[in-house]
Amino acid sequence: MKKNYFKLALVSIGLSIGLTACTNKLELAPTNDITSAQVYSTAAGYKTAFAKVYGAFATTGNQGPGSGDIQGIDPGFSDFLRLFWKAQTLSTDEAVVGWGDAGLPDFHSMNWSANNPFIKGLYYRSFYQITVANDFIRQSTDAKLAQRGISGADADNIRKYRAEARFLRAFQYWALLDLFGRPAFVTDADAMGAALPQQANKADLFNYIESELLAIEPLLAAPKTNEYGRADKAAAWALLARLYLNAAVYTGTPKFTQAVTYSSKVITQGGYTLLADYRKLMRADNNIGNTEAIFTINYDGLKTQNWGGTTFLTHASIGGSMAAAQYGVDGGWGGLRATKNLPNLFPDVTGTLDQRAQFYTTGQNLDINDIGAFTDGYAVTKFKNIKADGTPGSNLTWMDIDFPLFRLGEQYLVYAEAVLRGGTGGSLATATTYINVLRTRAAAAAVVQADLSLPFILDERGRELYWEGHRRTDLIRFGKFTDASYLWPFKGGSKAGKGVESWRNVYPIPSDDLVSNPNLTQNPNY
Amino acid sequence: MKKVYFMKLGLLGLFLFATLLATAQTGSISGRVLDESKKTLPGASVSIKGTGTSTSTDANGNFKINGVNKGTVTLTVSFVGYTSAEKTVNVTGDVRVEFSLQPSAESLNEIVVVGYGTQKKSDLTGSITTVSAKDFVKGQITTPEQLIAGKVAGIQITSNGGAPGSGSTIRIRGGASLNASNNPLIVIDNVPLSESGVAGAANALALINPNDIESFNILKDASATAIYGSRASNGVIMITTKKGATGKPTFSFSSQSSVAENINKVDVLSARQLRDVVNTFGTNAQKALLGSANTDWQDEIYTTALTSDNNLGISGSFKKIPYRISYGFLKQNGTLKTGKLERNSVGLNLSPTFFNDLLKVNLNLKGSMNKSRFADQGAIGSAIFFDPTKPVFTTPPNYVGSFGGYYEWLDAANAVTGLAALAPRNPLALLDLRQDNGTAKRSIGNLELDLKMPFLTDLRAHANIGYDISEGSGTIVIPENAASSFKRFNAGGGVYKGGVNNQYKQNRTDILMEYYLAYSKELPSIESKLDVVAGWSYQQFKTKNNNFADKTFDGTVVNSPNFAFDIPENRMLSMYGRINYAFKGRYLLTASVRRDGSSRFAPENRFAVFPSAALAWKINEESFLKNSKVISDLKLRLSYGVTGQQEGIGNYDYLSYYNLSSNQSMYQFGNTFINMFAPGGYYGARKWEQTETLNAGLDFGLFNNRITGTLDVYKNKTSDLLNLITQPAGANFSNQVVANVGDMENKGLELNLNGQVVRNSNFTWDLGFNATINRNTITKLTIAPNPNYPGNQYGGISGGVGNTILINSVGFNRGAFYVYQQVYDAAGKPIEGLFVDRNGDGNINDKDLYQYKNADPRAFLGLNSNFTYKKWNAGFILRASIGNYMYNNVHSAQGRYTSISSLATYLGNASASYLDTKFNGITGGVNQLQSDYYVQNASFLRMDNLTLGYNVGKVLGNKASLRINASAQNVFTITKYKGIDPEINGGIDNNFYPRPRIVSLGLNLDF
Repeated sequence: MKKNYFKLALVSIGLSIGLTACTNKLELAPTNDITSAQVYSTAAGYKTAFAKVYGAFATTGNQGPGSGDIQGIDPGFSDFLRLFWKAQTLSTDEAVVGWGDAGLPDFHSMNWSANNPFIKGLYYRSFYQITVANDFIRQSTDAKLAQRGISGADADNIRKYRAEARFLRAFQYWALLDLFGRPAFVTDADAMGAALPQQANKADLFNYIESELLAIEPLLAAPKTNEYGRADKAAAWALLARLYLNAAVYTGTPKFTQAVTYSSKVITQGGYTLLADYRKLMRADNNIGNTEAIFTINYDGLKTQNWGGTTFLTHASIGGSMAAAQYGVDGGWGGLRATKNLPNLFPDVTGTLDQRAQFYTTGQNLDINDIGAFTDGYAVTKFKNIKADGTPGSNLTWMDIDFPLFRLGEQYLVYAEAVLRGGTGGSLATATTYINVLRTRAAAAAVVQADLSLPFILDERGRELYWEGHRRTDLIRFGKFTDASYLWPFKGGSKAGKGVESWRNVYPIPSDDLVSNPNLTQNPNY
Repeated sequence: MKKVYFMKLGLLGLFLFATLLATAQTGSISGRVLDESKKTLPGASVSIKGTGTSTSTDANGNFKINGVNKGTVTLTVSFVGYTSAEKTVNVTGDVRVEFSLQPSAESLNEIVVVGYGTQKKSDLTGSITTVSAKDFVKGQITTPEQLIAGKVAGIQITSNGGAPGSGSTIRIRGGASLNASNNPLIVIDNVPLSESGVAGAANALALINPNDIESFNILKDASATAIYGSRASNGVIMITTKKGATGKPTFSFSSQSSVAENINKVDVLSARQLRDVVNTFGTNAQKALLGSANTDWQDEIYTTALTSDNNLGISGSFKKIPYRISYGFLKQNGTLKTGKLERNSVGLNLSPTFFNDLLKVNLNLKGSMNKSRFADQGAIGSAIFFDPTKPVFTTPPNYVGSFGGYYEWLDAANAVTGLAALAPRNPLALLDLRQDNGTAKRSIGNLELDLKMPFLTDLRAHANIGYDISEGSGTIVIPENAASSFKRFNAGGGVYKGGVNNQYKQNRTDILMEYYLAYSKELPSIESKLDVVAGWSYQQFKTKNNNFADKTFDGTVVNSPNFAFDIPENRMLSMYGRINYAFKGRYLLTASVRRDGSSRFAPENRFAVFPSAALAWKINEESFLKNSKVISDLKLRLSYGVTGQQEGIGNYDYLSYYNLSSNQSMYQFGNTFINMFAPGGYYGARKWEQTETLNAGLDFGLFNNRITGTLDVYKNKTSDLLNLITQPAGANFSNQVVANVGDMENKGLELNLNGQVVRNSNFTWDLGFNATINRNTITKLTIAPNPNYPGNQYGGISGGVGNTILINSVGFNRGAFYVYQQVYDAAGKPIEGLFVDRNGDGNINDKDLYQYKNADPRAFLGLNSNFTYKKWNAGFILRASIGNYMYNNVHSAQGRYTSISSLATYLGNASASYLDTKFNGITGGVNQLQSDYYVQNASFLRMDNLTLGYNVGKVLGNKASLRINASAQNVFTITKYKGIDPEINGGIDNNFYPRPRIVSLGLNLDF
């Protein structure tokens, strides 16, 4: 009996020791996810992290089309291009959308508030790419590379990555400056999450973007020498040109001369030429032999899937009696159409007199009575998931079409407008030539120098760049975005169109950021 | 059906024969134990004095002791809370005796299971409600929590729908959290279970056989729950399973068969109505899409479903080791065609003692295997939306060959599939052509050793080692010709492949180790009694999720995962202690403290301390009440405590980890695609969410406890809410993280009343009533108050993408509907697209949304009644919910013409509410979806259960006792709500799997 008690005591003691041994067991790490030290320990690791700096604007999340980097918005809505495009296009004469997604109709009715989910999504998407870029920039200093024993060609490559990450950050700050005016401001110099970000003012932000682009210019690859999809010097020039063109809007100080300088640089030193056929700009295989694209967001039907980007632009533009198969997709989403102002820019809508007019009109009404009815308003057929050989892209649901954030065509128009607005270092004669290069390519009648005027440029930009995410910026620069002097159907929510308050030229800082960051103040009147 | 029963009876005969053989030379004693109201008492212990032979009564209060030597013996019957009774019996053969026990004078002595020990009910200081087997809900109960639905104040149990084995949402006092969990902690035989589900099973709890359960103890206030500190803020449900008894084996067999049938359908347009509408309002193109059939798609997808549930329990002792073995076999079909569930469950309990009872051992092993075929619940929405003028099958002349002959919307323009994009798919095809088969195996077990120290018998050491392991696996197979996945994958070279051939597998390994010391001492010199418990606990929750490629039917890989598996894990380490002190037997003090550590927090925030204290005063034992004829029991309780929560947060995200992108999320550089490493959002400062609870309670018994009751009032304040909050842009890799921001309050009142209305030898009538009032208010949501911030919006609805209808706002109930205020015309009809400009800025935008009602009831009530008349008994349970509202998403998304036609290639169907509103679906735009018009009063009164039983008594030559019963569940519902069911979790009615009415017949046979 005694022996048994002894055994029992042993069992009890054994048990309690077993438990004590567990005290250190609260340190756990995930199975597949790794720490930043592990990611950034090799050159290959740097490249996978660098891919995310780019992928942050091409995908909605890391785990396929259903995943989202941005919370509080449907993942499918949350990629950069879809959000940016909506903010830049649905708010203008270029497009309406018929869908009932909360906050979406507010763009065209121009009655958005600081709680609008799309505006919030866009703001946070831009900041997501900035935050990921900041992380990469912090991790890729020369000191960090030396510390991790990365040298030679690997280190040189990573320095290029770093310059490109700075470019992407500058691009997103440009988007924030243009859309929101005074966003929060963080760079790699701020330790992550250490202090609440301060708010930028427009002039400082403008100067920052300019200085960053000028600083990285020598570090970036020469035009057309980098891997496809990666930024080079010409991308920085193109962004500078766009920034300078709008400088007066952003800071009150015009910089048209610089706009001429940098658009010229792209045109003359970039080595780009227009694609022979305008109608093949937005095609499934536009990554191959694209002589016009300066900087693109790359999509792939199999490997870079998301519900935004060109997948959205292609599907959403198809409806009514359109045959989806002709556009290389498995079905239309019946959403996007143009207001009559867009087709009215063209001499005819069939494309005969200007091939840039790409509309589907069968069963479609030019006038819009009901925004919800797809058949009201002409459909736009600019985006086609069809390859040069006429076969569809790799997937009928997710598109292969790459989207040019910058292409040569825009730079011609920047040049012409900057010269017209008094920028020096260029000439109206050259501007006329450039405009005619664009028009000739589209089989449109050539213009003469006397035709060049600011209203003509705005219309020409509409014809050349419609549905590419420029319109809101353009209308603001021409004073026509909120103003009653230029109307389109359902502008301001009224069928005939009406002007709205001029403070809507910038979007509100999303409430979410105001709530979480007391350093920020709202844009006026919101 | 009949055949099966005869077979079962045959089997029973065999058992009986064996028993007869064993008892031929001796006699047997059988009988029944009744309580004061002539209700049978299950679980009472019956022993023969001086022999050590004992047994306990079965679910019907019957017992039988075989192999008794002939002669006179004394039989003792005891049951907690009742005065023991003795009877002298002359065993001449097979004799029969009946006992009627009276409640013990010393109020309720019932033993209540509390965390880390048991207590006499009369000594409780906390708010604990016990429901034991005799009070369980009867009928076809396939998942444990339904045994107590409607029985207890303060606990709301809402089934998640009618799917086989589907679970319930359980809320105790409304739940304490916003974004973290509101589910109570469930502890089975002292093993706390993980919250997460088991793959391959609709509901993890459904893997527990309800027939094995002895009692539920629901711990509600902090005094009761704080000993489970970290996981207790939503209350604790302690489930105790049946144990073995001593003596010869007794068998208890039950069989239940039932028929389930849906009562309601979603009210949509009939084929005739749809034709009328389209012919009146439609375009010529839309008219051309109309068909000539008259199909009620809901009739096509639903069916009458049969269920059978058979259980056998054997308890007795083998070589002085008491055991109980049980086996259950449940076969349940769903009313949604193709869905079914088969559950085999076994249970084993061994409870031997050693060393003269110094060491008590308790071993519980439970195992079950669920085989399910899951019906595609997408068919529910599809049936509501599918054009009723279309046939189920294509008629032979139009037969396309594809799609299995099921009618589908076609579009010739879609060159690859020929199917109309975005059109709904044939609902019946969704069901018939999808083989979604899952198998879930789960075993829960524990070994408890309880040792009284030989040198100090007041001191016990207790060890508890438990596990909860499960494996869920399954396959989803859809043939190539099914429209739902037809030609979904471009395999290259113009070849498209379709169908699905996928698998999944998950293994969970949860382990528990606990060790505590308990010291109990009577100190008569100072009229005191002291109980002290102090212990440790370690728990691990580990899951292995295997990842498999997505394949088409023929096995072509559509995409493959980066990693073969993932093993999320979290662990908890705790120390706890409790003191119970009683002075003069009527002043009671309980104090407890628990220190919890969770691997989910950063080291600096990992541990938290959760204290509680409670006082109770047994007033009836004071001299001034002791002799009262009216008041037989009166106790006042007061408690305060803090509990915590760490659910609803990531296992590791107090640090930023980098996640490798899948092969669909790569980025193209040049001609290569690169997987991306993305930094994850993180929040290092996250700590435990804490809930402070104040509770005051009064337990009372009147007229010798003929009327008993409990009244509790409480106030819970949760602070440092684990709340999804937005992050400053640029300051984190995620714009929303779960941080500790916000406060919330729950205030409430609970009343339980039980009365024996009539009590005489032939007829008894018992009534039980419970009522709960709970008020929830969010008091803080942001670090600094911000009047411009409406709150967190959530609660996705259909009818657009990304739309939500609920909001958490400061000053309002959690989950208020966030809606526009509808404008009505003179006739009281809603005007489409017209809303009140609540902020008067001339614009209707999201600034005009307002908080209107919510899904939480203002009060909920339960009433149960039991009658017995001689051998008959009958009962019912009524449940009411008052002041809860529902967003009718069927009306909002489908009560408009765009539901009938939105794209040119197909027609849909509309909710019948379209006939009232005639909304075109365009004028109102998205705002119409968010109209308060669709927030409807969903208060209801429901008869959950109606039972009738007859105690046949001795059958099969007096060897067995038989009871038969009939029951109906979901008998009727009275409500103003216009949708299919007023009781849907979360307050959004959309694609709800209807709760069927179930009629069952059953028998219990004990021998």
